[in-house]
Amino acid sequence: MRITVCIKQVPDTNEVKIDSVTGTLIRDGVPSIMNPDDKAGLEAALELRDKYGAEVSVITMGLPQAEEVLREALAMGADKAYLLTDRKLGGADTIATSTALAAAISKIGFDLIITGRQAIDGDTAQVGPQIAEKLNIPNISYAQEIEFDGNDTIRVKRMYEDRYHIINAKLPCLITALGDMNTPRYMTPGGIKSAYETEITVWGRNDIDVDDMQIGLVGSPTKVAKSFPKALKGAGQKTTLDGEEAADYIISALKEKLIIR
Amino acid sequence: MDFLLSPEHMMYQKLFREFAEKEVKPYAVVTDETEEFPRRNVDLMKQYGFMGIPVERELGGQGCDTLAYVLCVEELSKVCATTGVILSAHTSLCCDPIRKFGSSEQKEKYLKPLAKGEKLGAFALTEPSAGTDASSVQTRAVPDGDSFILNGTKIFITNGKEADIYVIFAMTDKSAGARGISAFIVKKGTPGFTFGTKEQKMGIRGSSTYELIFRDCRIPKENMLGQVGRGFNIAMSTLDGGRIGIAAQALGIAEGALASTVKYVKERKQFGRTLAKFQNTQFVLADLATRVEAAKLLVYKAAIAKDTQKTFSTEAAMAKLYASETAMEVTTKCVQLHGGYGYTREYEVERMMRDAKITEIYEGTSEVQRMVISGSLLK
Repeated sequence: MRITVCIKQVPDTNEVKIDSVTGTLIRDGVPSIMNPDDKAGLEAALELRDKYGAEVSVITMGLPQAEEVLREALAMGADKAYLLTDRKLGGADTIATSTALAAAISKIGFDLIITGRQAIDGDTAQVGPQIAEKLNIPNISYAQEIEFDGNDTIRVKRMYEDRYHIINAKLPCLITALGDMNTPRYMTPGGIKSAYETEITVWGRNDIDVDDMQIGLVGSPTKVAKSFPKALKGAGQKTTLDGEEAADYIISALKEKLIIR
Repeated sequence: MDFLLSPEHMMYQKLFREFAEKEVKPYAVVTDETEEFPRRNVDLMKQYGFMGIPVERELGGQGCDTLAYVLCVEELSKVCATTGVILSAHTSLCCDPIRKFGSSEQKEKYLKPLAKGEKLGAFALTEPSAGTDASSVQTRAVPDGDSFILNGTKIFITNGKEADIYVIFAMTDKSAGARGISAFIVKKGTPGFTFGTKEQKMGIRGSSTYELIFRDCRIPKENMLGQVGRGFNIAMSTLDGGRIGIAAQALGIAEGALASTVKYVKERKQFGRTLAKFQNTQFVLADLATRVEAAKLLVYKAAIAKDTQKTFSTEAAMAKLYASETAMEVTTKCVQLHGGYGYTREYEVERMMRDAKITEIYEGTSEVQRMVISGSLLK
């Protein structure tokens, strides 16, 4: 089985600052990590490999320094790593990203694709399903558990807010992984050593079969109109009262704020 | 000349730091309080290959360099000096001499399981009347057919009762003095090999420090490590490497205390402002941070020297001398900056100050390090 896992390098912070002029994230000085949902997806792939045997490839599209998360994935045990990097691919929204990644994954070859549910710097949850769409394969999102019958069928416990679905799918298919579906393994010292001895395949725009009009900024229909940090809510006031008294209290508070008359 | 860690070494650091924070730190207090050997940490370190970092892959290790190993001891010791010394004694004092002096059969039989973490290692040189004066060991190994019969007592042995494989030093020819000492590999459970007193210590309280007793303990001749009469050289050479491990432990303790104190002085208020706003705090912390950085450079330099130079005794001695005295100074001043709270078990600097002291004593006291350094200077 060939498993390809999509991983993304993301800034490690909940306090990302936004450039007020361009409306994009300021990444300077913020440490980078492997996106947590992607790391869980990689762990799921490694567990399938440990159990059934597989070749696990990891791919990322990003700046050259995204090599670091690929090395980390290799140090955790991935077999091969691909870096898709090119100025022409820059500024891509989710659809342009999916187009480029789908083309690269086709070139690598796959039976199963695992992506994280979403990246903590964008929270769109679109890239995984869009890759499946581009490759015309089934997609199962929000995986909490992945099982394999050892032959050609994947069984996924898909999480909803209030229930699960157990979904069977024939390979090839794509699964998006939830960050809490497992606890990703640590790297090992020897794994790190090997990771730096392994060559990472670097591909540019010319290495993948895509239309120039469908990649990068040009190929991105989504434009960010405005980005701004959310205003922080105050701590609020806590008051304990009986039902009737509470209603009176709320009404007077709303009146005070001129929300009602 | 480059003082930056390579991307590869930064990744080791990231791994060890994450592991130490998540897996080791939560148990540091209870390890100290109960004085129980942190077996859980050792099992996890085995699972992730930490028990054979600088051992070749074909010998069951991870195939990394000494600097990677030093980064591991440093990060572990930042949060738990007990776990740091368990790894250091195992790797530097047991794996390393077998790797360097062992026959291929000994490497296969003993080093492989040690490096994989299936077995834990220890090193036993010190005796009641042979501390710094290590060449006056009384333990005797007398040949008898295809064996040696071991009689004697070893004390202060790190990983004492928890280890499985021991490198032991004993007199095979008393008339030859230091040249009459030989080294042996002894397995736990060998008849005649038992444990005596468990030491109750000031610091590193979770490390298993025991007395080893040998009474007519029969060791097969093939378990002699290196040549007959070369034991003292093996011990001294091994301790050169061990000192780098202890230097890394001391460095980690100092860094842990400093980080903890930086956090504390930003929170603790007196006279209406945080301690961090007082110039005394600022100047003390500046001095401590500078010492820590200097210690780090010496420790990393010694680690690199071990892999690249023929001899590294002076580098190792300087690193251990400076890092251990730094650990003592930094932890003492960190307790002072914490005031009364620093003297209580509520804050980790109290434990760190107790843990720091041993780094000035074991694997050669600071005085011994000064002898080594001046010896090479004045020869």
